Amino acid sequence: MSATTTAATPTPPAARPARTQRLRNPAVLAAHRVGYEVRSYFRQSDTLFFTFSFPLLMLTIFSVAFSSSDFGDDQVSVTAAQYYLPAMLAAGVLLSGLQNLAIDIATEKNDGTLKRLAGTPLPPASYLAGKLGQVVVTGCIQAALVIALAAVAFGVPLPTDLGAWLTFAWVLLLGMVTCGLLGIGLSALPRSGRSASAVITPPVLFLQFISGVYLPFNGLPSWLQDVAALFPLKWLAQGMRSVFLPEEFAAVEAGGAWDLGGVALACAVWLVVGAVLCRVTFRWVRQSGR
Amino acid sequence: MTTPPAVRVRGLTKTYGTVRAVQGIDLDVEQGETLALLGPNGAGKSTTVEILEGYRDRTAGDVSVLGVDPGRGGVAWKARLGIVLQTSSETPAVTVREQVAHFAALYPRPRDVDEVVQAVGLTAQAGMLVRNLSGGQRRRVDVALGIVGNPELVFLDEPTTGFDPEARRSFWDLVRGLKDDGTTIVLTTHYLDEAAQLGDRAAVIAQGRLLEVDRVDRIGGPDARTPIVRWTHDGRPRSERTREPGLLVARLVAETGREPDDLEIVRPSLEDVYLDMVATATAAAADDAAVADDHQPARTETAA
Repeated sequence: MSATTTAATPTPPAARPARTQRLRNPAVLAAHRVGYEVRSYFRQSDTLFFTFSFPLLMLTIFSVAFSSSDFGDDQVSVTAAQYYLPAMLAAGVLLSGLQNLAIDIATEKNDGTLKRLAGTPLPPASYLAGKLGQVVVTGCIQAALVIALAAVAFGVPLPTDLGAWLTFAWVLLLGMVTCGLLGIGLSALPRSGRSASAVITPPVLFLQFISGVYLPFNGLPSWLQDVAALFPLKWLAQGMRSVFLPEEFAAVEAGGAWDLGGVALACAVWLVVGAVLCRVTFRWVRQSGR
Repeated sequence: MTTPPAVRVRGLTKTYGTVRAVQGIDLDVEQGETLALLGPNGAGKSTTVEILEGYRDRTAGDVSVLGVDPGRGGVAWKARLGIVLQTSSETPAVTVREQVAHFAALYPRPRDVDEVVQAVGLTAQAGMLVRNLSGGQRRRVDVALGIVGNPELVFLDEPTTGFDPEARRSFWDLVRGLKDDGTTIVLTTHYLDEAAQLGDRAAVIAQGRLLEVDRVDRIGGPDARTPIVRWTHDGRPRSERTREPGLLVARLVAETGREPDDLEIVRPSLEDVYLDMVATATAAAADDAAVADDHQPARTETAA
């Protein structure tokens, strides 16, 4: 039974001198991961369609379908394209961040990608930073294309003051990081890679309907508005509307104002929730069972 | 030579619920050695290897891999390991070269990317997306990713499954190259010829226990390797195990005055020895279970 040391082992050819280990800087590794992630993102036709081009397609559909109607009241009204531009930007943030990462990481957990990485000196934080970097890079490109499409194809007037663009920048960035972290947290939910989109997509779609992305938010019953206000998407859409809609539209918002403080607060709270969720749920490999 | 072993295992035990997958394994792998780990499916081989790789917790026992407890191995420890897992179904949308280069970038002292791509025979496919490769080619990417970090210790878990004979030969050359560099290798395989070709020693695991570990040409003991002489006499197959097959044949010829029919002398291969050992162990476990069942009918002993 215990035949551990029955035979003399052959002399190894050359015993190696002990290595002095100078590990790669985690920040450098994160930067490597961002490059790797972005490159593979743009080579995946399914994410390119359902995540990246989706807001562009939806903006086009809404702009064309409602091209004959205006949104607003007697004093101020805007075209359908202008009305839906902020909504599609907010939807893009949710898709690029939450939906993309939740499905992507759930898939990688199940196809062995994470198990392989777990055996390398890549720190989990660098892996996750790489994912967030991918969200920021692809989300920025997506937002730029959505804005360009609205301006060029549908003649949507863009803000001319710096303040509006600064608001746009922080809402976009905060939104992407928040949604990205929530996506990482939710990636623990699907039991298999195959079920990932079935588990993640419906709540994301539902959230878009109640948060003023597809349907005008002020047209929803107030109890539904209150439900939507618990989640970050409603606030992202509101922040984006403050950038791209005329000032007069603030009057129909829930509080009669854009409430950018509320946008920042709601996103910050969800950012913390997402970060905690990440920390608690993220594992390279599932430990339970075999 | 008194260098500490690369891998040291004492009393390793792993239970899943009531299933005892690994039941007290003791094993050393010396530095620079290639150990072939053999055993039937479900024998506890993969569980053992995954514990050594840091993927699984153990129930009991002491384990040290490169001087570190794998349950607590950090990134500095992982930088010294190379792991080629048994299966992978990932289909990254990057090219072979991009994939190998990316993994090289994770390690402090990687090998040259193009040399590694060449060593696994994928130079012609270096610009192809990994997901467009054949299964055998993808397996070679797995191997490339396992060695590109220039590891001190490499785990190869059934590395050549799905290889054609030519690819297997060139893979063996690759492993010999690693050995020449002083790399310690733990090779899990179902191919006994592969174990015989590459292994300095072989360890046989069955029923969660280590049956034997010894030099590949000695495992099973001298009796297990006693040549077998087979011939046909009066239309009936005959066989005899003897250490002096030549004398036996000479006697047969002298007795009958003619050439024996269907004569062959077979020296049991590693495969024959291995199959014998596993069959004996399985039979013994079945007997134990039967005895145990007589005494306590409720007991369930399922071999994992």
